[in-house]
Amino acid sequence: MTALHRELHLAAHFPGVNNTTVWADERSGSQIDFTSFEHLARTAERGLFDFFFLAEGLRLREHKGRVHDLDVVGRPESITVLNALAAVTDRLGLAATVSATFNEPYELARRLASLDHLSGGRAGWNVVTTSDAFTGENFRRGGYLDRADRYRRAEEFLHAARKLWDSWTPDGAARPVEHTGAHFTIEGEFTVPRSPQGHPVVIQAGDSAEGRDFAAASADVIFSRHGTLEAGRAFYADVKARLAAHGRHPDDLKIMPGVTFVLGDTDAEARERAAEIRRQQISPQNAILALERIWGRDLSSYDPDGPLPEIDPEPDSTLAQGRVRMDDPLEIAARWRALSKAKGLSIRQTVIETTGRQSFVGTPRTVAEELLRFVDLRAADGFILVPHITPGGLDEFVDRVVPLLQERGAFRTEYSGRTLRSHLGLAEPIWKG
Amino acid sequence: MSATRSPHLAVALDGPAHCGAEHYAELAGLAERGALDFVTLGDSFARPGLDALAVLARLAPGTRRIGLVPTVTTTHTEPFHVSTSVATLDWVSRGRAGWSVGVSATEAEARLFGRRPAAPLDALWREAGEVADVVARLWDSWEDDAEIRSTATGRFIDRKKLHHVDFQGSSFRVRGPSTVPRPPQGRPVTVVDLTGAGEPGHRVAAAHADVVLVRAATPERAARLRADLHRAAGARGRDPRQLRVLVSIAVDLGGSESVPQPGLEARPRTAAPVAHFSGGPVELAELIARWHRAGAADGFHLAPIAPHRDLERIVNGTVALLQHRSLFRTFHPGGTLREHLGLARPANQYATAPGGGAA
Ligand SMILES: Cc1cc2nc3c(=O)[nH]c(=O)nc-3n(C[C@H](O)[C@H](O)[C@H](O)COP(=O)(O)O)c2cc1C
Repeated sequence: MTALHRELHLAAHFPGVNNTTVWADERSGSQIDFTSFEHLARTAERGLFDFFFLAEGLRLREHKGRVHDLDVVGRPESITVLNALAAVTDRLGLAATVSATFNEPYELARRLASLDHLSGGRAGWNVVTTSDAFTGENFRRGGYLDRADRYRRAEEFLHAARKLWDSWTPDGAARPVEHTGAHFTIEGEFTVPRSPQGHPVVIQAGDSAEGRDFAAASADVIFSRHGTLEAGRAFYADVKARLAAHGRHPDDLKIMPGVTFVLGDTDAEARERAAEIRRQQISPQNAILALERIWGRDLSSYDPDGPLPEIDPEPDSTLAQGRVRMDDPLEIAARWRALSKAKGLSIRQTVIETTGRQSFVGTPRTVAEELLRFVDLRAADGFILVPHITPGGLDEFVDRVVPLLQERGAFRTEYSGRTLRSHLGLAEPIWKG
Repeated sequence: MSATRSPHLAVALDGPAHCGAEHYAELAGLAERGALDFVTLGDSFARPGLDALAVLARLAPGTRRIGLVPTVTTTHTEPFHVSTSVATLDWVSRGRAGWSVGVSATEAEARLFGRRPAAPLDALWREAGEVADVVARLWDSWEDDAEIRSTATGRFIDRKKLHHVDFQGSSFRVRGPSTVPRPPQGRPVTVVDLTGAGEPGHRVAAAHADVVLVRAATPERAARLRADLHRAAGARGRDPRQLRVLVSIAVDLGGSESVPQPGLEARPRTAAPVAHFSGGPVELAELIARWHRAGAADGFHLAPIAPHRDLERIVNGTVALLQHRSLFRTFHPGGTLREHLGLARPANQYATAPGGGAA
């Protein structure tokens, strides 16, 4: 008998420092109190999710030389929160985004192995490669890392970390480790016995060709930004095709786009809610700011309810710091102007129309079926859900959508294993003795 | 200034390292039942064991009152990460975090990082002092009321209440502000253990510590150390009443029996002159009462040689007796570690607006 649907994987992204997070809503709670993290993690575990996910930012974003103040600011350090969450959850995977640029392999490998032990094999690491000098100002290393070097360092970092994780024999004897490379020289013994998963699950979230190759060679999961059907399918095909060159099977790497959702009792009601969320996300101030990020100029004199600027973007602006790099700003500006003209939209309406639309909008049934369609059509192996509201934004999904996914045989009805690897259907890493 | 309040009591969870949380959770639960001020967990890159801050974060949700103080090294680590991890320990424990300032002095530890050779103690503690300084600045880099959630202006924070710290140390710089809002205690408790730290460690303690752990073989010696620290802190413009000096005592309550300890490997014994206590729980209570009466210190940091066995005896024997004699609290009247220690919540060094400092 063949299953009707492919199995899907789900993760919960904590909605904190993120411009999709709606903070100006009466249901919006603290982005820093532990109770918020506990609520979302317990909800995700109640929904039998694969893992809970925390993003990272090592410098507060700035705009025009001042701290960006329109979105949620402030978050805890990820690995420490996850260790605390290990005490209040039992099966849920716990994944932290941690930079390979502003850490050292020995210390981070130790912290991740500690989390894996303390959670009984539930640790995940999203390896990011932020390398800008702006963030570097908070660290000993400064901002020396050339963009071209970011994945070389990350690859060597991961290689060294895996040597350390493999350095204890499965029966508990420590053996010395030696690593010499362009970025690191490490010699000595690891302090942590082999952890329950052997290696924590490795996630990757870069989008460049180097990023995709790094994932194909070394990652277990990709957190992608390709959350539409067409872009998702293209990305999926591209990345899965890269695996064979590394001697890996397509199932060895799970592709999970970050997506948002809005539910309603009818599709029309969900669309109305989605529109309301868009208005909350794009305040008049945020609309001008979004424009300034693309134009690279001070546009504070423009009326958010008026037309788009006639002047062109400044291509090499450093106005916005601490953000993921923009695609070609001239091209985006041209597109936005065309749209604004065609539909007669104001600045704010244009921003609402063009940026970060919600991915899945409708009744629980509509959303469940869309999610399954994406998975069946190989646009994804699962999803990293980014709720709009902290901490209750996942409740409705777990109560109303998860049961439908289960009914259709596409999602687990109980955890079958204890480790994150087992939830994701990943093999245990072979111990390199 | 004599130590007249009832003594503060802390206990070390060190001993053979365990990989699961259960062992440590049991010990912390015992310490909490005894209404002790805090537990410590030592750490180093040079011997088997998990990251100590991770272990204590794992214990935070399952405990309600006990202070949690891991050792965090300042030598091969990033000051920014040290600051955010300890701040986060404070958030997840709702104001019960501290950290014991560590240094990594050996060549073996230096080779694990391959960044720079091992340095002399003097240089290490100078750097540790700079790290303690910038860590506290980063905690203060958010004023307590920076988060405003003003729907009228669309602003989530008042950015005038977030501050670049622009710290320039001898071996590192940090721009700031922190990515973590000011922790519940304002500043988690900074502990300096003087064992093996020498004169440079003493300077860091006088400048930055809220709690200092000292070794002394007699109450008189402890009292002298305490007076020295008060003087040195005062000379730096600090209020000596905001400093707690605890005497570390190695404790063996096993009598003549020898108990095999499960775990990875015993940690090396310290060679410093310590008060080593060997006897029963009642004698230990008497020793504590006698030293405290003699004005030796503000309290005691007990390091049981066999934590699992001795902690139970400390709580059910020693502490119970001290409580019976009204020499020690029977419950935690406060919620935060600073409250247990009778330390004020520090004013924010960057706060300018009236009322923008201590909440
Ligand atoms: C979906 C997604 C999420 C990301 N999340 C983070 C994050 O939380 N923290 C961070 O520092 N970088 C994050 N990044 C940045 C990437 O990891 C990577 O460093 C950056 O995109 C540059 O690599 P690239 O040129 O391969 O895209 C994210 C990227 C993507 C696509």
